[in-house]
Amino acid sequence: MVGSTANLSGMPLWLLAELTYRCPLQCPYCSNPLEIASYKNELSTDDWLKVLREARKLGAMQLGLSGGEPLVRKDLELIVKEGADLGYYSNLITSGVGMDEERVVALKEAGLDHIQISFQASDKELNDFLGGTSSFQHKLDMARAVKANNYPMVLNIVIHRQNIDHIEDILKMTVELKADYVELASTQYYGWSALNVNSLLPSREQLERAESIAHAYQDQYRNKMKILYIVPDYYETRPKACMNGWGSVFLTIAPDGRALPCHAAASIPDIEFPNVKDRSINYIWNDSDAFNKFRGFGWMKDPCRTCPEKEKDFGGCRCQAFKLTGDATNADPVCSKSPHHQKLSDKVAGLQDVHQLQGAPIVFRNMSNSKSLSDNSD
Amino acid sequence: MSEDRIPEINSFFRLQWEEAQNSFVLLYPEGMVKLSQSAGEILKRINGKSSVQDIIRDLQSAFPDVDLTSDVITFINQATENGWLNR
Ligand code: SF4
Ligand code: SF4
Repeated sequence: MVGSTANLSGMPLWLLAELTYRCPLQCPYCSNPLEIASYKNELSTDDWLKVLREARKLGAMQLGLSGGEPLVRKDLELIVKEGADLGYYSNLITSGVGMDEERVVALKEAGLDHIQISFQASDKELNDFLGGTSSFQHKLDMARAVKANNYPMVLNIVIHRQNIDHIEDILKMTVELKADYVELASTQYYGWSALNVNSLLPSREQLERAESIAHAYQDQYRNKMKILYIVPDYYETRPKACMNGWGSVFLTIAPDGRALPCHAAASIPDIEFPNVKDRSINYIWNDSDAFNKFRGFGWMKDPCRTCPEKEKDFGGCRCQAFKLTGDATNADPVCSKSPHHQKLSDKVAGLQDVHQLQGAPIVFRNMSNSKSLSDNSD
Repeated sequence: MSEDRIPEINSFFRLQWEEAQNSFVLLYPEGMVKLSQSAGEILKRINGKSSVQDIIRDLQSAFPDVDLTSDVITFINQATENGWLNR
């Protein structure tokens, strides 16, 4: 098999099923592609069941059900049931909108292991502004229903300039909801969030303050609630080990059936991503050009090619390398060894004045914005 | 820790035999741990009914050649520390 050096397990341990790009919310930090409106042919129930079976056979254990909003799919319970029968550990990644207590119970009966609810903020006004709908109270109710039905309680809040100064209130809310696990995930700049980076990237000062608050809560709640705080990599000097390497453990299936090594990979042009409607998961994972393209180290150029750290970070994120340098085989410019790092640092430095940027226009993630954005690019 | 303690797996985690890994794994929200053979042998005997003493006795009859007492106790303490077992 190609790339077996970096691919220790050789198995797609993680299957992320993006069931749909439809979503009742409109978060400007959404990492879905800008082209959501053009995804019309969603996979059928049978297609999804086949994907689940084939990936499980290749060793997949974790099943993420996401989107968009996965609750939009009427066949979600059926998909969950198949996942449970096959022995997956299944994670529903949801905004909570489209849920009611009955569905929380029905999903439990179908064998769902865990529900992760996302909040936009800890108060109604900001939450509902960022989500573009009135959903805050409903999210609180659903978070309580999840807890009451004995699921592990995981809350996710994407952190950015607009809500980072509320971090203490956000953490108080998670304590009050008795979360077991809290993910404070700094926005990653793909898709819609990349479009909105000027209004989303926090300043260094905001970041330092938020970090110290998050650390204090981590200490205080050590044995009760696990808090994971992911800092924005634009402020780092080494990139994240994106997806543990391309084609190493992650397999994403987009709503139309395209198979991707990470959920943002479709943003890299000139790669033909195979579709589960035409090809088996076995072929896609082991033999397709797309999954072998950046597997292992053979594709690397300098500085990564000769770098002693390449086995640690795999050269960072391919999508980010493409996005910021125009060439997906470059080092992720987050890395200070990248010749493009200075340009990124300058960009970040230009985004430090929070007040000046407060009024920057925000593009909400919805179908009509998606349509007009793709019209403009034609 | 007393050997009368009845350990219990934290409901946050699910223990499962994985053929493809040829080992037991612990699965939890968005994560997994592959267990060593001895960790798997101990954890699969933790059922919320057996005491530490029962578990040691059972393991001792499956693996009669070595004294496992201190290994089991160390592991159970560590697993509790990791949050895998209820405190
Ligand atoms: S980030 Fe917001 S808009 Fe995007 S899929 Fe999630 S809930 Fe919907
Ligand atoms: S040069 Fe490449 S491999 Fe080395 S640390 Fe930077 S991104 Fe990682």
